[in-house]
Amino acid sequence: MKRKSRVGLSVLAIVISLVWIFPVYWMLNSAFLPTTVLERFTPTFLPFGGSWRNFTSAMDDGTFFRALGMSVAITLIVVFFCILFAFLAALAISRFKFRGRKTFIVAVLLIQMLPAEALFLAQYKMMSSLGLLNSVIGVSIIYIAAVVPFTIWMLRGFVAGVPADLEEAAMVDGLSRFQAFMKITFPLLAPGLVASGVYAFLQAWNEFTVALILLPAEDAQTLPLWLRGFVQASATRATDWGEVMAASTLVAVPVIVFFLIVQGRMTSGLVSGAVKG
Amino acid sequence: MSSPVTSPKRQAQSEESIKAAEHASKAKRRARRAPYWLIAASIGILLVGTGYPTAWQLVTSTQSYGLAQQFGAAAEFIGLQNYIDLLSDAEFWQVVGRSLVFCFVVAGLTLVLGLAFALLMNAVNKAVRLILQISMLLAWAMPIVASMTVWTWLFDTRRGVVNYLLDKIPGVDMYRFDWFASPWTFFLMAGIIVTWMSVPFVAFSIFAGLTQVSDEVLEASALDGASNSQRLRLIILPMIKPVIAIVMLLQVIWDLRVFAQIKILQDAGASGSKFDLLGTYIYKVGTGSNDFASAAAASVIVLILTISISWWYVRKLMKEED
Repeated sequence: MKRKSRVGLSVLAIVISLVWIFPVYWMLNSAFLPTTVLERFTPTFLPFGGSWRNFTSAMDDGTFFRALGMSVAITLIVVFFCILFAFLAALAISRFKFRGRKTFIVAVLLIQMLPAEALFLAQYKMMSSLGLLNSVIGVSIIYIAAVVPFTIWMLRGFVAGVPADLEEAAMVDGLSRFQAFMKITFPLLAPGLVASGVYAFLQAWNEFTVALILLPAEDAQTLPLWLRGFVQASATRATDWGEVMAASTLVAVPVIVFFLIVQGRMTSGLVSGAVKG
Repeated sequence: MSSPVTSPKRQAQSEESIKAAEHASKAKRRARRAPYWLIAASIGILLVGTGYPTAWQLVTSTQSYGLAQQFGAAAEFIGLQNYIDLLSDAEFWQVVGRSLVFCFVVAGLTLVLGLAFALLMNAVNKAVRLILQISMLLAWAMPIVASMTVWTWLFDTRRGVVNYLLDKIPGVDMYRFDWFASPWTFFLMAGIIVTWMSVPFVAFSIFAGLTQVSDEVLEASALDGASNSQRLRLIILPMIKPVIAIVMLLQVIWDLRVFAQIKILQDAGASGSKFDLLGTYIYKVGTGSNDFASAAAASVIVLILTISISWWYVRKLMKEED
């Protein structure tokens, strides 16, 4: 009886896995199939037509590489400054007691909840009056501000996880506070820094809403905007789904790779506040 | 860095002790100031990136701001008129209602499925669990724009797999069914997609919580004769309640702001205000009709909605902080 129900659960789990992975599979599968096959009434479920033609035609007008460059530039800036700012702030709130500390934490938590959808008009007005529309800097500023609260919260957990006693012991041995920190605590924080960097990467790489508002020019598009434009352009002459799926795959693959590398740390960072204690 | 005030009393002291005292107090002051220097960069960027826009939003929402102001005319202060106009507009209430219903239905469904999948991960053997986890991870990792594109292909009227498969069911005629034609099927489709992309996060978070429930407690309860459902209800659920609460809250907030998903689905063939949720509504009012003031007022209402929902969560986290 117990055995039977266990087999039943395993079957159920496999069915769910298949349902959940199907869209991802379908994207890859369609990307490799020629248009003539995709236009047939009966879908082709078996994997991989094995043709790279969709990929080459999705990339051939050069707009893909321009968007890739834009995305890479923005992402690098966001990741660098988010890690730097969040690291300093996390240090402050987990190593010092100071007036306004609590207010700062509450503000950080609340800001993290603010929806981009409620701010984008103001951000548009601000950037247009600063002349920063369609620029890497303008959109990066907004992204950093949007991502820094969560990275502070994430890193705070990591900094608090390194006992201050370790630093104090090193200070007794004659190191300055700064030296003690750099020699003892900093190396132990590496996983936390990597995790928050990847979080920032994913946010900046995938962001759509703010980019749509702040980067209206075609030559300033990031990859998500490029993909949307690609779909729309294709729709004007009866969507070529093979090409569109190849384009989606190009946008998705780097993210999927990074995500798989770090997901364990990200989930634990996200829920540590809840599970702890 | 103000220089210390020198009182006559202090002048009487010897030069050296003054210097020592100064040095000590300087170091102390520097230590006291250090945390403020550390958070300065974050505060700066937050003020520019979110603080100023929020303030602008608040100010603009009390002004008359339309096309004339676009061309440089000064905006006129009209108090709460924009809010009054908005709140007496039946269309706005429909959008708010639709957003809230969409948000709570999708968040509820996501939570139930996420909890069920987490329990399933816990119940099956290692190999099956790994398969389930990899599949969830891949779905989670997909960038929103990429997954929305795939889903519009899956729901495509002519060659979509969804229509093809549903049509196979005997007695169901889904041949060339247009999901984008009516708001009901549009939001059903949107709900399915958003649930698909949100369940993995919930499942993983709850699963992480489940692994913290100790086996000893469960064994002891089994010895005491507790049935499976009793164990779930009386032991497991109460122990993972904090995770569930936070995941649910985040989900509600996220599902209230499903702009990208709805926008891309609208691009694929549905327009008109019947297909709007709050995000797309604000976008249309602000960019389409250039009525920044009404859009700002609507944004402020969304802000208030979000903050009042998050307040509880922030307070709970703050309690843990002490």
